[in-house]
Amino acid sequence: MGTPNPALATALLRIGDDRLVLGHRTSEWCGHAPILEEDIALANVALDLIGQANMVLQHAGTVEAAGRDQDALAFFRDAFAFRNALLCELPKGDFAVTIVRHFLHGAYSVLQWEALSRSTDPTLAGIAAKALKESRYHVRHAGEWVIRLGDGTDESHRRAQDAVDALWPYTGELFMQPADEATLVADGVTADVSHLEPEWRRQVDGVLQRATLNAPVAAWMQRGGRDGKHTEHLGRLLAEMQVVARAHPGAAW
Amino acid sequence: MPTPSTESSWPLWEVFTQEKDGAPHEHAGSVHATDAEHALQNARDVYARRGEAISLWVVPSAAITASTPEDMGPFFDPANDKPYRHPQFYKVPKGVKVF
Repeated sequence: MGTPNPALATALLRIGDDRLVLGHRTSEWCGHAPILEEDIALANVALDLIGQANMVLQHAGTVEAAGRDQDALAFFRDAFAFRNALLCELPKGDFAVTIVRHFLHGAYSVLQWEALSRSTDPTLAGIAAKALKESRYHVRHAGEWVIRLGDGTDESHRRAQDAVDALWPYTGELFMQPADEATLVADGVTADVSHLEPEWRRQVDGVLQRATLNAPVAAWMQRGGRDGKHTEHLGRLLAEMQVVARAHPGAAW
Repeated sequence: MPTPSTESSWPLWEVFTQEKDGAPHEHAGSVHATDAEHALQNARDVYARRGEAISLWVVPSAAITASTPEDMGPFFDPANDKPYRHPQFYKVPKGVKVF
C-alpha cells in the first residue's frame, strides 16, 4: 500500500459514484424498455457506467490505502459517504426523463473524461481515455433520442420538455468545483469542472434547439451530493443495490 | 388518458456487419428503428456491442427483393442435374496445390 492520498480518494469517489449510481439507476430499465433494441441499448449503457465506476473506485481504494477495494466502496458505504451528484440518483422516471438525464450527464461526462485523459495521474488518465469512447457513444445515443422525442409527437414533446424542466435544476451541481480539490487541480491531477460548463451549454443548447425544446431560464440550482448530502432517493437505491453483498459478505462465484 | 398509438411497430431494417478489413459485410439480423441513424445505433447495440464488427450497414427491409420458398424449384433445382455447369471436368495441372 502506498502513501494515503485522502484528497484524491474523495475526488475519485465523486467521479466513480456518479457512474455507479447512474449505472444502477439505468439498470432498472432492464426488461422494461419500450422495445427490445432499446432494452439492450440501455442495459449496455448501464454496464458501461458500472464498468467505469469499477475502474475509478478500484483506484480510489488504492489511493485511500485503507484496505477497501471497489466492492467494499460500492456495497459497504452508506448514503452519506457517497459523493455522486444529485442528478444521478433521481428516480428513473419515464423514458423521457431517463433519456434527457443521460444526455445532460453524458455531455458533461465526455468533457470531464477528455480533461481527465490529460491527468498527471497516469492511472486516472488511462481510465479516462477508455471511458471517453464509451461516453461519446452514450451521448450520441441519448442525443439522437432527445431530438426524436422533442421533435416527435405532441405527447413525446410534452414529456421531453417536462423532463428538461425537472432535471435542469440538478445540472448546476455538475459544474460546482469542490474547494477541497484545489491542490489536485493545481497539480493537474483532476480537472476544474467549472471550466467545462460553457462548452457543455453550447452542446446542450444545440441539441435542445434541434429538438424544439427550451432550457429553463436561470433556475435555482440544487446541490449537496458532492458533500454527501443526498435526496431520499439514494438510500432506497443503495438498499436494493447493496442487499445481497451485505447479506452474504465476502461471497464469491 | 391518451389513446395509445395503434402503430405499434417501427419499420424493420436489415443489418450487415463486417468482421475485419477486407471481409465481406454479412447479414447479421434485423432491428426495428424510426430512421436510418436510429437503425444504425440499434444495430450497434444489438449486433456489435461485443466488438463483433468494424463496420455496419443498415438497409430498409422493404428495399430488399428476395426469392420466395416457392421459387426454390424453378430457381435452384435445375442446377442439380446439369453437371456441365460446374467446372469439375477441367483437368488440374500437376503442381497446382492451392484451390
